Parts: sequence; structure tokens; C-alpha cells
Amino acid sequence: MVLLRHGATAWLLAVGISWVSLGTALALLAEVSGGGLISYYLGSWPAPWGIEYRVDAANAYLALIVSVIAAVVAVYMRRSVAAEVPHERHYLFYAMYALCLAGLLGITVTGDGFNMFVFFEISSLATYVLVALGRDRRALMASYQYLVMGTIGATFFVIGVGLLYLMTGTLNLADMAARLRDVTEPRPVLAALAFITVGISLKLALFPLHLWLPNAYAYAPSAVTAFIAATATKVSVYVLLRFYYSVFGESAVFSALPMGGILLALSLAAIFIASAVAIFQGNVKRMFAYSSVAQIGYITLGVSFDSATGLTAGIVHLFNHALTKGGLFLLLGGIALRLGAVRFDAIGGIGRAMPLTSFGIVLGGLSLIGVPATVGFVSKWYLVLAALERGDWWIAFAVVASSLLAVVYVWRFVEAAYFHAPDARIAKLREAPLSMLVPAWLVIAACVYFGLDTDLTLGGAAAAAGELLRGPR
Amino acid sequence: MNIASHYSYWATIFLTIGGLYIVIARGNLVKKLIGLAIFQTSVYLLYIAPGKLIGGTAPIVAERFQVYSNPLPHVLILTAIVVGVATLALGLALVVRIREAYGSIEEDEILAQDRDES
Repeated sequence: MVLLRHGATAWLLAVGISWVSLGTALALLAEVSGGGLISYYLGSWPAPWGIEYRVDAANAYLALIVSVIAAVVAVYMRRSVAAEVPHERHYLFYAMYALCLAGLLGITVTGDGFNMFVFFEISSLATYVLVALGRDRRALMASYQYLVMGTIGATFFVIGVGLLYLMTGTLNLADMAARLRDVTEPRPVLAALAFITVGISLKLALFPLHLWLPNAYAYAPSAVTAFIAATATKVSVYVLLRFYYSVFGESAVFSALPMGGILLALSLAAIFIASAVAIFQGNVKRMFAYSSVAQIGYITLGVSFDSATGLTAGIVHLFNHALTKGGLFLLLGGIALRLGAVRFDAIGGIGRAMPLTSFGIVLGGLSLIGVPATVGFVSKWYLVLAALERGDWWIAFAVVASSLLAVVYVWRFVEAAYFHAPDARIAKLREAPLSMLVPAWLVIAACVYFGLDTDLTLGGAAAAAGELLRGPR
Repeated sequence: MNIASHYSYWATIFLTIGGLYIVIARGNLVKKLIGLAIFQTSVYLLYIAPGKLIGGTAPIVAERFQVYSNPLPHVLILTAIVVGVATLALGLALVVRIREAYGSIEEDEILAQDRDES
């Protein structure tokens, strides 16, 4: 794409790549849905010496999330990028987008610890560039902060992998898990667990390590925000799950250390504090960015339960939140295209000028709240079930109570969009172009569809949770 | 097992903590990146030092040699160095752009400008 030096061709190529990877991800998921396992030896070097790509129900599900969002964003981004990125940089933008997608998909399929780090850095470096392409000069500072935090996170991760390598002499995750059982000295392994947990938590923006996220999401180009909000943090959650369940095995993580308790406390803090902060944001994109931090809290809350139901809730929320937030940021991109800014004081009355866009955002907001018949409800329902299964009724209560905070911040948008008289500037606005509106509405419609028909999402998540809980094999 | 025989680990720990401290404590964006580079470099040492055996040779099968050093960490770190260089280059490029946009590379001055704006 860089060699082509032509924006439109590069875009066509990016769309082609995204759709092909969507097809591949669907085929992979169909192949492994019966509990199968696909293993591919890169360069024909057999594992554990060579790098192994290993796909089971868990990472096929993640690859599907990433490629669905990528396929939608690829179609969407043409108009949005044309408006927000200088023309001569278009082909570079699409090249970075493809690189980021390659890195994210690489993380999901690889079965090698060090390879995972390399893919992490590929996707992260591409993301820093994409964020820095935002129109606002604050995008530069956001990208710089993201770079520093992200690099610290990746380095912590690689220190953890290094310690595991020293103890086991292998980098292949499955092989590592088998050899860890014979390791008699627990201390370096626990140190590795700590390093990996902190490193990945930085990447997935677990509270209180989320400080890079709001600015990066708020000032990045709209298409980039939608893409990374829906995929990058989700993939990091997967890596954490993979290490917790498939490498360390449940026993080391949840019984030897109070990981469950720590994760539970941090998740609840994320949900309440980030939601509360979201309420007071002046920028709509920033508000939804803080809401992302809160939603990641729900995902890790499900993980911290350490039960089949809890894990299923966490994983299904990966998918559901990717759809919801992806759709929301795509629609906000439409407003940004027409209006230039998405501050609350500037969008008064936009519901009349751009009815479809605004209604879509309201539907997405309802899904964030967890109203029945949206995907958000499915996730919350399973979270509450998992909490009650453990007998912790107060957590179930907290999950429901936290939805009220979401009601408040979504209501702020409703109020601004529908209960303010549009001023002259807003009244002239037209609806977003079809090439942006259709992909965004597809995602929002999927939010509702998968809220009613949960076979694919919940079935996939349950299979993934089962695969992880079965432990190393 | 004594402290002196693990000096490479002490060096690693010193570099890790030192680098991380610079990233946190310094307000100058370039100095932060230098700290970040030191921090990343410490990991190279963590990987490479245990791979070396005293008296070991490169892993070439020959009659006279029995003890081989592990070559894998070197290969891994070669990759990590590439990643580190790419990160540093991108970071410095961002600092150049930040300097063009704000006229400063001191973090507190830039954040103060942002506050005035909003």
C-alpha cells in the first residue's frame, strides 16, 4: 500500500483485506466450534521449537470480533478519513490501518509468548501513528502518552515472558503450561504473573491504569477511535485470559494469590469511578471513552468471578461492547464529519438535523445501559447470574446500580440532541453520507439483533469459556 | 548462589528501575523517551545474560566442544531491539510534531496550554 502511493487504491486494498480476514475468521470459528484445535507451524518448524499458530474456540471468537469490526470500519472510513486526514497522507493511513489489523489478528492466533509481544508492538505502534493523525493538536500529546504507557506495558509483558522462559526454557504457551507444573521454585513464576498482569492491564486500560485511554480516543480520527475502541482493548483482555487459564492454570492464579479479589475490587472501582467521571465530560467522544473504561470493568468483573458463567459473561461482553462502542463511535464520526466537533454545547438540537444518526446513538446508549432487547442486557444478565451463583448479591446489586450512572450520561446526549432548539448552524446540517451511515447502522442493528438472538454470541462465548476453563492441553 | 554471582540481575534491576524512574520523574519529553529506552534495554540484558554459559561456545556441533551457549535469547532480543528502535523513532517523531504544534517539549507547559484552550 505504501508503494502504491494512491489513496483510493490503498483503501480498496484495505477493504479487501478486511473482508478476506472476516471470511477466514468465520471459517476458523466454524472449524473449531466443535471443540477442535487448529495448529499451524510457521516455516514448518514443529512446535515447541518453531512458532506455532494455534486456534481454538477462544481465539477464533476474538478473531471474529476483530475482523467483523475491521470489515465494517474499512467500508466506513473512506469519507471520514477524507475529511479528517490530509489528502497526501491517505495511503499511509490505510497502510497503518492494515498493519494494526494484522497485529491484532496476529495476537489472537499465535501460540508463542514472544511472538505475541512482537504482534502487540506491531499493532500498538500502528495505533500510535493512527491516533497522532487526528486533526486536533492534542492528538499528538495523546499519542505520545499512549506510546509511553503502551511501551511500559509491553515491556512489563516481555519481562514476564522472559522470566517464564528462564524457568521453563520454552516460549510456546502450551508447552510452557506443561512444563510449569514441574517447576518447583514458585517465586519467579509469581513474579512473571505479576509482570504480565500489570503489563497487560496497562494495555487493556484496567482502572487505574487507564489514563492514556480517554485522550487517545477523544482526539484520534473518528474511524480510528471506532476501530481501536472496539478491538485493541478486547484483544488485550484475551491475552490476559490466555495467560491466566491456559498458561498459569487456574490454581496458580486464583487460589495461590488473591487475584480474584484484586480484580473484583479494581473492576468495581472502574465501573463506578469511570462512569461518574464520564457524566462530567464536555466532549461526547471523551464521555464515551470514559464509558469504555467502565465497560472494561464489567468484562474484568466477569473474569474475576472465576466461574463458567462469569467467564462467559466477560467474553460475551467483549463482543457486545465491541459492537456497542464501535457503533457509537462510528455514528459520532458522522457528526464530526458534518459539524467538526462533538462537544455537548455545540450539538444542541442535532436530533432534528441528523435524526438517523442521533437515534442510532440513543440505541447504542440504551445498549450501554443494558436495556432488554439490546446486547448490553445479555451481558449484564449473565454478570448478575454469575454474581448470584457465587452468593454475592451485593455485586449483583452493584451491577444494576451502576447502570443508573450509564442512564445519566446517555441522558445527557438525549437532552442535548432532542431538547434543545437547533441553532442556525445545526439546522442546515444534512444527514451523514450513506457510506458512513449504513455501516454504522449495521453495527447498531447488530446490537439489537444479538440482544434478541444470542445463539452465535453466547454460544461462542460459552465455548470459549469452556475451552479456557478446561486449562492447558 | 550468592549475591555477587548474580551481578547481571542486579544490573538489570538497576537499569529497569532507573529507566522507569526517569520516565515518571522527568517533564521533558525527550528525556522521558531516553528513560523509556533505558528501561527497554534492561530487558535485553535480562534475556541475554542467562543464555551465556562460561566457557560455552556458539552452538555449532563439533567434536572439541561440549558446552554451548543458548542462541535463542540473542535471536529474540534482536527482534526486541528492532521493536525498541521503532518505538524510539516514532516517539521522537511525535516529539518533533509536538514541538511544531506547541513550541515546547516540556510536559507541564504543554498541558498548561491545553488547559487554557479548553
